[in-house]
Amino acid sequence: MCKADIISTVEFNYSGELLATGDKGGRVVIFQREQESKNRPHSRGEYNVYSTFQSHEPEFDYLKSLEIEEKINKIRWLPQQNAAHSLLSTNDKTIKLWKISQRDKRAEGYNLKDEDGRLRDPFRITSLRVPVLLPMDRMVEASPRRIFANAHTYHINSISVNSDHETYLSADDLRVNLWHLEITDRSFNIVDIKPANMEELTEVITAAECHPHQCNVFVYSSSKGTIRLCDMRAAALCDRQSKFFEEPEDPSSRSFFSEIISSISDVKFSHSGRYMMTRDYLSVKVWDLNMENRPVETYQVHEYLRSKLCSLYENDCIFDKFECCWNGADSAIMTGSYNNFFRMFDRNTRRDVTLEASRENSKPRAILKARKVSTGGKRKKDEISVDSLDFNKKILHTAWHPKENVIAVAATNNLYIFQDKIN
Amino acid sequence: MFPKGTKRKFSDSREEPVAGGEDVNQSSLAAVRMLSSYSLQRQSLLDMSLIKLQLCHMLVEPNLCRSVLIANTVRQIQEEMTQDGTWQIMTQALSAANAAAQCSADRLVATEVLCRQTEAAQGEQVPKPFPVVGSEGCPAEEVLEEEEEAAAAEVGMTMSTVSPQAPTSYLPGTFGMDPCWEEEETGEDDDDDDEEEEEDSEECGSGSEGEERERDSLVEDTRTAEQVFGTFEIKNPAPSPDPALEELFSDVDASYYDLDTVLTGMQSVPKMGPYDLLESLSSHGPSPLSSSTSCRSDLNELDHIMEIIVGS
Repeated sequence: MCKADIISTVEFNYSGELLATGDKGGRVVIFQREQESKNRPHSRGEYNVYSTFQSHEPEFDYLKSLEIEEKINKIRWLPQQNAAHSLLSTNDKTIKLWKISQRDKRAEGYNLKDEDGRLRDPFRITSLRVPVLLPMDRMVEASPRRIFANAHTYHINSISVNSDHETYLSADDLRVNLWHLEITDRSFNIVDIKPANMEELTEVITAAECHPHQCNVFVYSSSKGTIRLCDMRAAALCDRQSKFFEEPEDPSSRSFFSEIISSISDVKFSHSGRYMMTRDYLSVKVWDLNMENRPVETYQVHEYLRSKLCSLYENDCIFDKFECCWNGADSAIMTGSYNNFFRMFDRNTRRDVTLEASRENSKPRAILKARKVSTGGKRKKDEISVDSLDFNKKILHTAWHPKENVIAVAATNNLYIFQDKIN
Repeated sequence: MFPKGTKRKFSDSREEPVAGGEDVNQSSLAAVRMLSSYSLQRQSLLDMSLIKLQLCHMLVEPNLCRSVLIANTVRQIQEEMTQDGTWQIMTQALSAANAAAQCSADRLVATEVLCRQTEAAQGEQVPKPFPVVGSEGCPAEEVLEEEEEAAAAEVGMTMSTVSPQAPTSYLPGTFGMDPCWEEEETGEDDDDDDEEEEEDSEECGSGSEGEERERDSLVEDTRTAEQVFGTFEIKNPAPSPDPALEELFSDVDASYYDLDTVLTGMQSVPKMGPYDLLESLSSHGPSPLSSSTSCRSDLNELDHIMEIIVGS
């Protein structure tokens, strides 16, 4: 398996028509949903490759003698403003704004130039004609329109487009910067948690996101399991939070790994803007923005791993950063696990399901079978024991269509797209 | 009966019920055994964490979040060991041995472990309970993982099995070989473990170039450990920066290169401490000692003392 093909981010655009993936090799692949056709009513729009381009290249920082990976850490779509689509893609250090435009018509019959583009001799032009548009094979072009560089000393972990559609934020381990989409040569630093003495560093920023409706509000999460909500109207430097979300630790389950598993790997606002969801190593928590002292809902993703934390620390799996996502209605949430399993939780019915993204275990168009990991002594048929889980097969990145029940699941170097069963 | 700290769990399997109604001697012995097992596991976790913080062989900047979390874990263990009094014993023993070996006394225990780790880095891999992680990190990180696995394999097996099994081999035990740059010592290894003997002979055959590389990477480690763990010093303050280096970088914006100094070693002070010391402090079994350095006889005594303190 080629390492460069490992998918590192997945994101639907605002309409759900396009799905973008970024990989370790710095490439972006965009899928487009085919229009439903009357000829094949049972195949709802499938996603096919729309555009592929190289977003980032590996670089070398000569001053530090370190490589800068080309791996795409995050992709975020911009709201569509014209026929073209735009997205932001970022690696550890540089954010790029890409415009993806398609041409499926071309003009023919120019007056001043030939069909092959050569200028016609003015004396030869004796009549005037109107060029006509003729269809051509669709051509999709991606071009970098802005490059936002040199603003991050540490590794960028998040980018988030603001609801004003003019600004966006980027966060690295210690700082959060605010950019204007049109201006590339400067950004505003709005959060800085770097201590004066780096030896005193005990906490880093792990994720950040803009509020979906209030353009002055954003949140950032930390490696200590806390979330800070900041209001940009309050001060230029948002080092002091407006709200501080932290669940008190359960003293009975304290261990040397408590802090590591409390580190938040992803934070996502609900579409409504009333809630936010955080993912730590073993669970997903839903928070009401009006209640800071504890989450309103907690979902266990793979509690059976709690007794294996030492081994998971040893093989570094405990540092895996899982993402999470809401469905369009905010009624369900999804997150990944190991062994190519992913979990979905229904917030209303409190039911949950474990599914597997694997070619061997599911045929195309077949309904996915629910999986179960056996935790106790007796293993039932069809159950998988904890010790036979493959920790190399981790699902870190998932995405949910903004309106429909279509999900995209990245399993290492494969992308799976699942749709609701058609009745 | 149980001193503070036993509530903290390593893994669920560590907990061992002591049957009531037993002989008082037996129950106290079991309690002490459990406590020492906990201490050993904690020590193993400390060693594992310090290895993970080793930053050599890195082409890409390591993940700061991961480093911070591991450093916090080490700090947590250190705090607990300070409360237990174990930390003082270890640092005193280390500084005594350091003085005997004419090394700087203000180096950390961590540094010693880091120095020795590169040996195990080239050792063969031991089968693990969990498959090799092919993480999303860069290839260099995977190399590091392999190193860690080789070194930490023993620990992994100990941790994930049921605790009544007496800890037969610990992480420090993997360091039972002497480093290659002590040229008078070749593949000889007093250790009983076959695996370690194989590792040792493999490494010592790496040649002078390999030694050079190791020396450089070790140099990086010491500086790295110093930077990351400056706050862990108990007895001595952090050493002041090299004035020559300061002058060289005086007109460079320091903030930009803070991470630089953390992540890439710039000073070179080769460490030639007593490598078996940590191992002898934390292991129950006989520590492999050769007689080539003057501090070995001291270590024998220390070993004996530690056995008494920890084992009884």
